[in-house]
Amino acid sequence: MNAPLLATPVPASGCSAPPVLRERGQREVFCGLTGIMWLHRKIQDAFFLIVGSRTCAHLMQSAAGVMIFAEPRFATAIIEEKDLAGLADANAELDAVVERLLARRPEIRMLFLVGSCPSEVIKLDLSRAALRLGQRFAPQVRVLNYSGSGIETTFTQGEDACLTALVPTLPAQPVDAEASLLIVGVLADAVEDQFRRLLAAMGITRVAFLPARRAADMPAVGPQTRYLLVQPFLGETARALENRGATRLAAPFPLGAEGTAAWLRAAADAFGVADDVFEAAISAPRERAHKALQHSRATLRGRRIFFFPDSQLEIPIARFLARELEMELVEVGTPYLHKDHLAADLALLPAGVQLSEGQDVDRQLDRCLAAAPDITVCGLGLANPLEERGLTTKWAIELVFTPIQGFEQAGDLAELFARPLNRRALLEV
Amino acid sequence: MHLTVWTYEGPPHIGAMRIATAMTDVHYVLHAPQGDTYADLLFTMIERRGKRPPVTYTTFQARDLGGDTADLFQRAAHDAYERFKPAAMLVGASCTGELIQDDPAGLARALGLPIPVIPLELPSYQRKENWGAAETFYQLVRSLAGPHMPTPGTARPARKPGEPARCNILGATALGFRHRDDVRAVKELLARLGVEVNVVAPWQASAADIARLGQADFNVVLYPEIAGLAAQWLKRAFGQPTIATVPIGVGATRDFITEVARLAGVDATAVLADETSRLPWYSRSVDSTYLTAKRAFIFGDATHAIAAARIASEELGFKVVGLGTYSRERARDVREAATRLGLEALITDDYLEVEAACAELQPELVLGTQMERHIAKRLGIPCAVISAPVHVQDFPARYSPQMGFEGANVIFDTWVHPLMMGLEEHLLGMFRDDFEFNDGAGSSHLGHGAKPVIPGRPEAPNPEPTTGLNADGRPDDRAHPVVESGFDPDGPPRNDGELVDKPIVLSWAAEAELELKKIPFFVRGKARRNTEKFAGERGISPITVETLYDAKAHFGR
Repeated sequence: MNAPLLATPVPASGCSAPPVLRERGQREVFCGLTGIMWLHRKIQDAFFLIVGSRTCAHLMQSAAGVMIFAEPRFATAIIEEKDLAGLADANAELDAVVERLLARRPEIRMLFLVGSCPSEVIKLDLSRAALRLGQRFAPQVRVLNYSGSGIETTFTQGEDACLTALVPTLPAQPVDAEASLLIVGVLADAVEDQFRRLLAAMGITRVAFLPARRAADMPAVGPQTRYLLVQPFLGETARALENRGATRLAAPFPLGAEGTAAWLRAAADAFGVADDVFEAAISAPRERAHKALQHSRATLRGRRIFFFPDSQLEIPIARFLARELEMELVEVGTPYLHKDHLAADLALLPAGVQLSEGQDVDRQLDRCLAAAPDITVCGLGLANPLEERGLTTKWAIELVFTPIQGFEQAGDLAELFARPLNRRALLEV
Repeated sequence: MHLTVWTYEGPPHIGAMRIATAMTDVHYVLHAPQGDTYADLLFTMIERRGKRPPVTYTTFQARDLGGDTADLFQRAAHDAYERFKPAAMLVGASCTGELIQDDPAGLARALGLPIPVIPLELPSYQRKENWGAAETFYQLVRSLAGPHMPTPGTARPARKPGEPARCNILGATALGFRHRDDVRAVKELLARLGVEVNVVAPWQASAADIARLGQADFNVVLYPEIAGLAAQWLKRAFGQPTIATVPIGVGATRDFITEVARLAGVDATAVLADETSRLPWYSRSVDSTYLTAKRAFIFGDATHAIAAARIASEELGFKVVGLGTYSRERARDVREAATRLGLEALITDDYLEVEAACAELQPELVLGTQMERHIAKRLGIPCAVISAPVHVQDFPARYSPQMGFEGANVIFDTWVHPLMMGLEEHLLGMFRDDFEFNDGAGSSHLGHGAKPVIPGRPEAPNPEPTTGLNADGRPDDRAHPVVESGFDPDGPPRNDGELVDKPIVLSWAAEAELELKKIPFFVRGKARRNTEKFAGERGISPITVETLYDAKAHFGR
């Protein structure tokens, strides 16, 4: 194994820092509870219990745009009038709900109590509840808590909050551990396996993923941990990992051929992988990615794209579309701009691009309609109304629900944007 | 606290949104955090609306809570007025907004907007979507039509001779189950009777339309869950009688016509004679004999569940074995309907209870909501959807009403198609060993799909593979047509052992087991249960072929 090197500092975006339009108004975005949609699939023996209102339950069954009825590993403990009026002890009620739930689902090993807007406003202390229930159900079930409330989290920040809650529970690495790589953020299982193979081909074999697929397999962390983020929305998780002594490897996010290569490069550099070994490992898949991008380039080249804020993936995706598919960026909106984690991606954006952070949806719609972009990336509430106005749209949520990271998915990511344009060209009605 | 996975109804402010969105010039300012904006997609994605719902959310955040959320509300209301120039404004709070107690009503009043501003008090922790819709519609009607109310005690002026009667059609909303098509079906019926429509509301109505509701002679209430409250008020305020019959099914449509004719003072004979429904003949035709006494389980909102029970028992000759609703506000009506059928109504909003009841009753057809469609799929029972909560499939491109004679045609097709056809059923019973024409292969008219396998239940009730199709006969993979997500929405099969009755532990002789397998899968579960009940009561063990046939003779089936 090669000796680990410390990560080189990210080039600051410096003079190329693009202007950011900051807005505060009506935001048309999901709350952090929505992250449960993919988190509950990723950690196969975890259950997510939202402590909230009927609205939370309704959101969860509607968020994917249709109702999904297979019994999922999430549910809502709906707060009722009697809980608010103090007629019932909310904690006792919660304990009873958890007891019923765990009796019904004996295979569950990890339970997340997930805070919501109402539970936050009435200041229901879920961390104490998690402690109490954790003691009661140990060692079978570990009980953790985080907030997915819309007053504190936007959409993908729910995943950040969940992983942040996990970090303190991760086992500690032995003091004499060798350096290891931790890849942080939910990835499709197939993408995880691809990355593991690519890193192994470079000789980096001490690789773990957070979150793991099962509660018992959560990775150890410590001062010898070098971590790479796969998602740009994991600010708090990163901070928690650093509190455990881990070191972040700065890199652009692994979207597109260029992004993936640079992301892997950061790992290779940290683990002292020789250039020829690195090249040998990635040249074939990178070539495949370039080839796959050809299919969509003719459709996308020179087309103007507008991003409404949604998942925080907007900036790395915009970088990919601008640099690898020659699209023109009209406005790149993001709910929250983590300048540090996005430094490498920001530095690669074309000069003068208009960024916006936060939202005032009506004003942004005015800007979008005035700019008349060729394609608009937006949430499900806006897509059909914009289509009706003659615009072509791409639902942002699909970018979170689809494997898009890595070389093998670069073509798929481009195709997600090409398809609505191709479809519009096809239709004669 | 109440543990739930899925809900039949959303919170009450969703009901208010359904009213506002149905209308043309009413705006709703909702004190709510950003996550509540998900509600827009119900309308833009499920109903495929080309316009955003007319709702402004204040989207307050945690950092606003210490400061001035009241100011945020006022700015939002003011900006919404300036931008959208609505003719009337609804103001209120969602569940979280309710907790911070900012008094949207007072704040909006203080703005002095030059339009009617209607405050909504929708208690989110007690009430649900349909209640919210009813309350919102009632408040709108009272506020906008109220100023035109005659002095109490004034008699309604009689219609001039020769002037046609006029009525309002009340209750159709955005995101309603076939509301769009029901309005058209009912308008067509009324036109044939020579009755004029004064206002349809809230569907595509303006605030000015609501103001002139009082000009009609009577009200037609399509969905009592939504318009019942407003109609009661209109009756008190304007002396307008209400047509109580909901015209779903042939019998109910005939009753509806008779009732309208009586109120409108017209002769309905011609319209009744020229009945356009094929249901009565299709149901009488010999091919339908196999529908006789099919065991149907019915669950939905009260209006559709009650109507379905009548159609099932009186018009198709089914045996209704279960009837229930999630509409607690109308529990009494459903209980009465159930009593008429000799049943006890199931009143619950917990779908696990519905599933348990369905598994227990072992129906041959489930008439329910999208929830029951999934329950039925898991239990391997054919199903047709009769009620909200809505799914993208409940907004078909074609005209597909539930009401009127055309609605009865639609219902006949929708309910009968998932069932096994008559002679096919017999052939399956006669020749069990045919390698390609057996019950495992599914009914021939539905094609051949993947076979759902229920692990851990090799011989639980109805364990055999079904058609692998949706209840409506379409392939399963189209059940989730909107999001092309990277994960499997149906996921791994659940561990539902506790929900389905385990067979009583009785031993079966191998021969009897084999004989049982010769019984078609759609009645096999019933045969097993009957036999085990019969054996258990008589202390027979093991169960032999003789026991099986003794039980068959005993139960008559």
